[in-house]
Amino acid sequence: MSDLVRTEDLKKYFPVTKGLFSKVVGYVKAVDRVTLSIKKGETFGLVGESGSGKTTFGRTILRLIEPTSGRIYFENTDITNLKGKALRSIRRKMQIVFQDPYASLHPRKKVKDIVGEPLIVHNICKKNEVENYVKDILVKVGLDPKDIYKYPHEFSGGQRQRIAIARALILNPSFIVLDEPTSSLDVSVQARILNLLNSLKKKFGLTYLLITHDIAVVDYMSDRIGVMYLGRIIEIADKRELLNNPLHPYTKMLLSSVPVPDPKIAKSRKRMIPMGEIPSPLNPPPGCHFHPRCPYAMDICKRKVPHLINVGNLHEVACWLYEKK
Amino acid sequence: MSSVIKAVKEYLESEDFRFTVALIRKSPLTILGIILVFLLVLLAIFAPIIAPYDPLEQNIDIRLQPPSSEHFFGTDQLGRDIFSRVVWGARISLIIGVVVVSISLFIGIVIGIFAGYYGGKIDEVLMRVTDMFMAFPRLILAMAVAVALGPGLFNTILAMAFVWWSIYARLIRGSTLQVKNEIYVEAARAVGASNLRIVFRHVLPMVITPALVQATLDLGGTILTAAGLGFLGLGVQPPTPEWGLMVSEGRHYISSQWWVSTFPGLMILLATLGFNLLGDGIRDILDVRERR
Amino acid sequence: MKPLLEIRNLRLRFHTLRGDLDALFGVNLKIYPGEVLALVGESGSGKTITALSILRLLDPTAEITDGEIIFEGKDLLKLSNDEIIDVRGKEISIIFQEPRSSLNPVMKVGDQLIESLMAHTKISRDEAYEIALKLLSRVGLPDPKRIMNSYPHELSGGMAQRVMIAMALILRPKLLIADEPTTALDVTIQAQILALIKELVREYGISVLFITHNLAVAAEIADRIAVMYAGNVVEVGYVDDIFEEPKHPYTIGLLRSIPKPGYEGELYSMKGEIPSLLKMPPGCHFHPRCPYTIEICKSKAPPMIKIDGNHEVACWLFMEGEV
Repeated sequence: MSDLVRTEDLKKYFPVTKGLFSKVVGYVKAVDRVTLSIKKGETFGLVGESGSGKTTFGRTILRLIEPTSGRIYFENTDITNLKGKALRSIRRKMQIVFQDPYASLHPRKKVKDIVGEPLIVHNICKKNEVENYVKDILVKVGLDPKDIYKYPHEFSGGQRQRIAIARALILNPSFIVLDEPTSSLDVSVQARILNLLNSLKKKFGLTYLLITHDIAVVDYMSDRIGVMYLGRIIEIADKRELLNNPLHPYTKMLLSSVPVPDPKIAKSRKRMIPMGEIPSPLNPPPGCHFHPRCPYAMDICKRKVPHLINVGNLHEVACWLYEKK
Repeated sequence: MSSVIKAVKEYLESEDFRFTVALIRKSPLTILGIILVFLLVLLAIFAPIIAPYDPLEQNIDIRLQPPSSEHFFGTDQLGRDIFSRVVWGARISLIIGVVVVSISLFIGIVIGIFAGYYGGKIDEVLMRVTDMFMAFPRLILAMAVAVALGPGLFNTILAMAFVWWSIYARLIRGSTLQVKNEIYVEAARAVGASNLRIVFRHVLPMVITPALVQATLDLGGTILTAAGLGFLGLGVQPPTPEWGLMVSEGRHYISSQWWVSTFPGLMILLATLGFNLLGDGIRDILDVRERR
Repeated sequence: MKPLLEIRNLRLRFHTLRGDLDALFGVNLKIYPGEVLALVGESGSGKTITALSILRLLDPTAEITDGEIIFEGKDLLKLSNDEIIDVRGKEISIIFQEPRSSLNPVMKVGDQLIESLMAHTKISRDEAYEIALKLLSRVGLPDPKRIMNSYPHELSGGMAQRVMIAMALILRPKLLIADEPTTALDVTIQAQILALIKELVREYGISVLFITHNLAVAAEIADRIAVMYAGNVVEVGYVDDIFEEPKHPYTIGLLRSIPKPGYEGELYSMKGEIPSLLKMPPGCHFHPRCPYTIEICKSKAPPMIKIDGNHEVACWLFMEGEV
């Protein structure tokens, strides 16, 4: 399988300023040298907690946030510095569905205008044809075509998310970033949206980057999973491999912390819950960011940053425990 | 045309409109404001029909007559029917108000929205200019410009528009700073919309409301300021029946022929009050709707 | 065993600009001493307003139209304003989803704890300081002295929630109401807070009414679970019974909607949507979405029917041997 999207050493640092003259006193290294490839046709699940940088990463590869350094490749084209028309034409192929369906739809626009706007922006069709395209895509996401004249507040959360998905799909993209697509939805609605996303993926041959903190969702949806902690990718593997055989201590603890909907297992299982707080991304610990909370921390962990190494079985981990000399 | 009618009809039947009407009903002051403004507009539009006399027709024989059945508001020092002048004055004041507010709104929106959306140097420069204008009390600045431009209706409008836009720029910029970070704006960017499109089609509808409320209040404020300029002789010139000018002309007769200044003065009061109540009412209604 | 708190036939109505909307339709709930009862439901289920009713913390537009909330022999709904203020914090405490919401942003954390103690008990400031310090340490905060001196916005979400728990427990209430206390927290922090709550329940013998939309969290922390849907309690039982032998079609549907590890097929989803307060279905609120609806469901609301021991269901299917 070829790479659809690839990043090399991607960095996004946000400057932190203080004082009257906005002096730069430090950086929040939201994305800190991430090299990742997402293969065509797969769902890549990116998991992490607050400060992991997963959301910033998703925005940056779409150029909604400008990278500080590094490269982004889409279908082998370097899109890192594209501007104007070239950038706009790439946008046709890469879209995003945001977490909050109450915030991502313009409250004063009708569905027809929200979902149809991409067509107008890219001059795909004439103004009087927009309606038909929109009706068509609404049906595909399970909505009633008669709804095109309604406003977002007339819909439930699940339906609004469908509208957002319709907007992302109408240009026929090949790649969609799903940023916590079901976190704001009720459980019963979530099931339907996940089913919809899967069927759309099959139908249209899409590739997904699924960003989420919900392990159950990433388990169900993904082919491969990457784990981020404080701006860095610390483990990548095929889904089953990662969930059954987590190597990085953080991944183990993360999976162990997830509550399971089964009281018998909940009572009996042995858990590894990390101590302490997630450090502030303003001042992350030196070396391996996880070392202060890691029960296996060695001296080298405090001094040197471990890099992702391949330990076989398409499994990569950034941890000194697995570094062979 | 028919689609406009259809849209208006649709709105009048919508739940949204009924909800708004219910809210209006609960606020007697707002209703009062609506009535006052409505009457003012009626006076302005139908002035030729309502006014019994020609407002400019002088008749020294009947000068300074008290209010009577023939002259409801009496006559002024040149024998002109005050009631007719007051009615025609409504047209003048309303025109001044609407034109000044429209021009200022336009200037303020353009400056405010670009300053807020683009930020950085553009914001700094535009806001410093705005600050300069806002530093002066409006009447004083309008007076200064009016003196520079000279008197007359056209120059009055120009002077006031020149001064009035700054508040809108501030309001719009403030709202824009908030709105530009909303997710639906980011979504528009993700779809590939250009900045210009985002500014006018996504941001503007969401930031214009406080400005519109202010504009309604300002309709009253501009009428008051125009009256002030008129009173000082810097605005509309005689024989035009502008309320402020009429109050000024009548001030020599205040002690005995009180009606010459009082009725135009009363109109200024009612017009300003009407717009203020209406503006407040609109703001309150919009607040409730936002929270809903 | 007598329940610590009993909610009987609680009915609640909202007075809105669009008219009067019923939101609770006769909620019945019992909480026993020393147990954790999870109140589980999706949006619109009424779980939060039920909890807020206990301490009478509702919006003025909400009116309780019927029912009683019996706590230690008194009906909380009939207490005067002063009396209910006395109950809050001292007998029954509450913590919310957003940990910083109940903390005064311009007051140091330590001062708030001390003030709470001194307002309700006769101790000196120094004594109160020591108690507060110990409690902060007990809730797992390293460096409690620094926390005492901090402002709420200087704390992380997890730390702030621990402070909330400390504040809620400082007067040793008998019941803690926790409204989605971990929903806004990271998964690893959530695990810590849930473990903490379990420890404190054991140590202080308090009861907890734990409100959540997350069944997995309920499985972790609860002894018993009450499932709510559209303003009614539809099923109550021990946590094992609810998960292994759910009876109410909504509970069954909810459990089936959760993605299970290793499952690859299409997820089960209940048809229909949660009804809005404006258009509540008659009879059993769930009937339009229920795969097992019978005629009576459409017109009459089912009562709570005992299945066995402590397992109850509000469903006509279980009436008089009909299964």
